[in-house]
Parts: sequence; structure tokens; C-alpha cells
Amino acid sequence: MNDVEEAITRAHRDGWARVVAALTRRFGDLDLAEEATAEAFATAVQRWRADGVPPNPAAWLTTTATHKAIDRIRRESKRDDKHEEARMVHDDEPPEPLGVIDDDRLRLFFTCCHPALGVEARLALTLRMVGGLTVPEIARAFLVAESAVAQRITRAKAKIKAARIPYRVPAAPDLPARVGGVLAVLFLVFNEGYLATGPDTDPVRHDLTAEAIRLTRLIRALLPDDGEVAGLLALMLLTEARRAARVSATGELVALHEQDRGAWDADLIAEGHGLVRERLAAAAAGVAPGRYQVLAAINAVHTSARDTRDTDWSQILALYDQLVRLDPSPIVALNRAVAVAELDGPEVALALVDRLAGALAGYHAYHATRADLLRRLGRSEQSRTAYDRAIELAGNTAETAYLTRRRDQLGSG
Amino acid sequence: MQYLVSVIDDKTNPGSTDRQPAISAFNERLIAEGHWVFAGGLADTEAATVVDNRGEQAVFSDGPFVESKEYLAGVWVWEAPDLDVALALAAEASKVCDRKIEVRPFR
Repeated sequence: MNDVEEAITRAHRDGWARVVAALTRRFGDLDLAEEATAEAFATAVQRWRADGVPPNPAAWLTTTATHKAIDRIRRESKRDDKHEEARMVHDDEPPEPLGVIDDDRLRLFFTCCHPALGVEARLALTLRMVGGLTVPEIARAFLVAESAVAQRITRAKAKIKAARIPYRVPAAPDLPARVGGVLAVLFLVFNEGYLATGPDTDPVRHDLTAEAIRLTRLIRALLPDDGEVAGLLALMLLTEARRAARVSATGELVALHEQDRGAWDADLIAEGHGLVRERLAAAAAGVAPGRYQVLAAINAVHTSARDTRDTDWSQILALYDQLVRLDPSPIVALNRAVAVAELDGPEVALALVDRLAGALAGYHAYHATRADLLRRLGRSEQSRTAYDRAIELAGNTAETAYLTRRRDQLGSG
Repeated sequence: MQYLVSVIDDKTNPGSTDRQPAISAFNERLIAEGHWVFAGGLADTEAATVVDNRGEQAVFSDGPFVESKEYLAGVWVWEAPDLDVALALAAEASKVCDRKIEVRPFR
């Protein structure tokens, strides 16, 4: 890659959201901001090649995009009353709890992840407006048609305009729930990368996990005091740290207890542990942790054990007990049962898992967990049936390969 | 910005019938805070008549234009600066009415 391409790539990574956000604030129109920003980057590719990279690429891009937007307004003579009416509402008063922290990119996150938009629209819009991914890139990420992604984004932008979804950091009472909405979108992006579904896709999509981490780092920079933001970033880092050890050379998923811990990324683990320690200190000072912080703590315990046999299962179980109180979902109960199996044996755990049959019958991990517990209890035939069901339901190629091997290794009995 | 706020009831699982005093109090607040434009509760869908005069002569037919389990039980029109304000009010309205609420902007 030559210098110009590198400069453009860097400007795109660091500057895209900033330019879209600044233009959205100035013109009150997300659609216009997106198109003008895209045009400015396209112009940069040509101009920077011919004239060299400007001294301040970010300022050049914002100025160019602003000119593009003004040209577009003139061309479409959008500056009539109707357009003024359709401008997005925003206030210039930073909300009290945030004090000096006010960044247009934060407004952009909250608008793109607004609860009045459908989940798929929130994902696509966030990746496009904040992440700067193109429509074909988003379509590839979620294995859907480009036309479907384009339509989702168009509809979402139309709803934002028609229903007056504001361009604003929410007021203090609504802030935790709205931050939670943004984090949920980022976690979905991460999980789609970490456990990619589909027969023709890589088992781990590093592009997606990296993008989710990048955007979570951005929101962490914008909301440095939010415990759940720190928790989610730590959770992602500690999960990403195990990526290289998670899939074998033959493309098979490697279970946590079988992973080569030497292949874990020590830097990511250190950073994740640092964030978890920060949140533990806050918890000790009386700030109740949310679910991402507890999940991050569970991952911190796992990644602290140099050998799988050193895993502190009683601490993991205590954290799951805490998590169940925050999130009484059957999936949390299933994961808690895995910790119970390590402490009280597979029979006790199986009794807990069987109680979840109604809620999780269509979930591959439920059957995979049962299969493993039944195998450990020597109930091979029942284990085989459970593996069969798990393989049927699993959408990740590496996981299917792992489950198939485990099933085929079962003795008869 | 004005929003049409629809109160949705469910024939198979209707909301409670003792909500009128709470709704009146909520309306007073909407008026005091400048959000109230219009409000009205509707009679049963059986009382509806559909009129179609697109052809040669007007046709009157009994009943609502669409038969469904869920139906419109009443409407408000609110004035609100943006959707966040409207949604916060709608969340309260849903509690007050013990029914689902749809918020839809006017063009």
C-alpha cells in the first residue's frame, strides 16, 4: 500500500464518523451527511493521488464534505421550508451528567441505535454511519442481499426524518437504557463475528470482531465513566484474545479447556484484566455492576488460569449467581450449569439443564451441553441423540466439526 | 410536530375497565404541559360503518374495514418536539390506559 492509500485508509478509520456526525449536526439530515461524506472520500482518492495528502486530512475531508453537502442542497433546492421542517432536532446544551463530554459522534450512536428502529436497521445503520462500512461490506457481514441492506438503511433514515427521531444525547434518566441499546448492537456485531453462522463463511470473522471492538473503544472514549461500556469492551477483548486458539488447524472449534493457552493474546488479556480491575474497584466502592461487567469478570477468571485445571470454578459459579439475578434468562442458567458440573458433578448439572428443555429446545448449545454431560455420565446413547440434535441446529462450521467428532468418539452403551 | 397516538385493545385479552379517572388526570397533565391537541375514546368496532363511493353509487356496509383481534379503542393527537418526548409520554399512557399504544407522526 502506498502512502496516499494508507493516508486514506487511516482517515477513513479515524475520520468517517466524525465527518458524518459533524455534517448531520450542521445540516440536520443524516442522508445528506452520509452521501456528502462518501463523496468527499471519493474525491480524496483522486485529489490526494494527484496533489498529495493535505497537511490536515481530517479538516480537508470535513471542509470538502461540507461543500459537497451545500452543492447538493443547491442542486436539489432543498433549502425550502419543507426541508427546514424536516431537519433533525438536536439541542446544543450538553446533558448535565456528561458535563464536558459532548461529541457529535455520541449523538450519531444514539440516533442509529434508537429503540424505535428495528434491530436489523440499528445494526446496518450503525455500521454504515459510525463504522463507515459500505453497503456491500455490511451485506457480506450478515450474509444478506445488498438490496436488503440498502433498503433497511433507506427505511431507517426515512423513519428518523418522518418521526423526528432526535440527534441528541438522551437525558440522564434515559441514559443507562439508551447506552444499553448501543452496547447491545455492538455486542451483536461482535458475536456475529465470533460465532459466524452459515455454511460458506469463516468460523471466526475477524473483520467483524475487530470492527465491534473498534466501535466499542470509540464509545468508551466518549463515555469513559460508564461501567457497562468498560465491561463490554473487557468482555470483547478477553474473548478476542482467545481467537487464535479457538479454531484448530483442521477448522474445528477447540473447547476452552482444550485450548493452547500459550496462543492467547497476552496484550489483549492484560488490557481486559485492567478494565475488569477498574470495575471491581468501582464495585467495591458500591457501584453495582451490570451484566457486561459480570460477563467480563467471568472471562477474566477463565483467562487468569494458566492451566485449565487451575480455573477457579467456585468464583465463576459465584459470578454466574450474580448474573442470574441481573439476567434470569435460560441461556444464563445453561452457562451456570456448566460451572455447576465442574463443582458438583455432571449429574447435578444435568438436572439443572433438563429443566430448561422447554425454553431452549431449539438452541444448539443446550443440546451440546446436555450431550457433554450425558457423555461424562457414560450415557452414550442419549448423548449421541443430543449431539445429533446439536449438530442439526448449529450454524457455525467449526462448531459442527467439533460436535461431529465428539459424537463419533462416543463408545456404545 | 404532531403525533397520532392510538390506543390498541385486544378482544381476547382486554385491558382493565377502571382506567377513566387515571386517563382524565393524565389528560389534565397533557393540557398543562402543552402536549394535548385532541383526545377521544371510540365506541365498539361493531358500531362502525364503511362507506365506499369510488364506484357509481355509495355502498354502505356494516362493521369495521378490517376484522381483527386487536382494534383501535381511542386516539390522541399530541404536540411534541420530537419522538423521544412522544415515546416517553406514550410509555406513561400505556400504563395509564393498561393498553398498547402506537405512536405515528403526521406528515
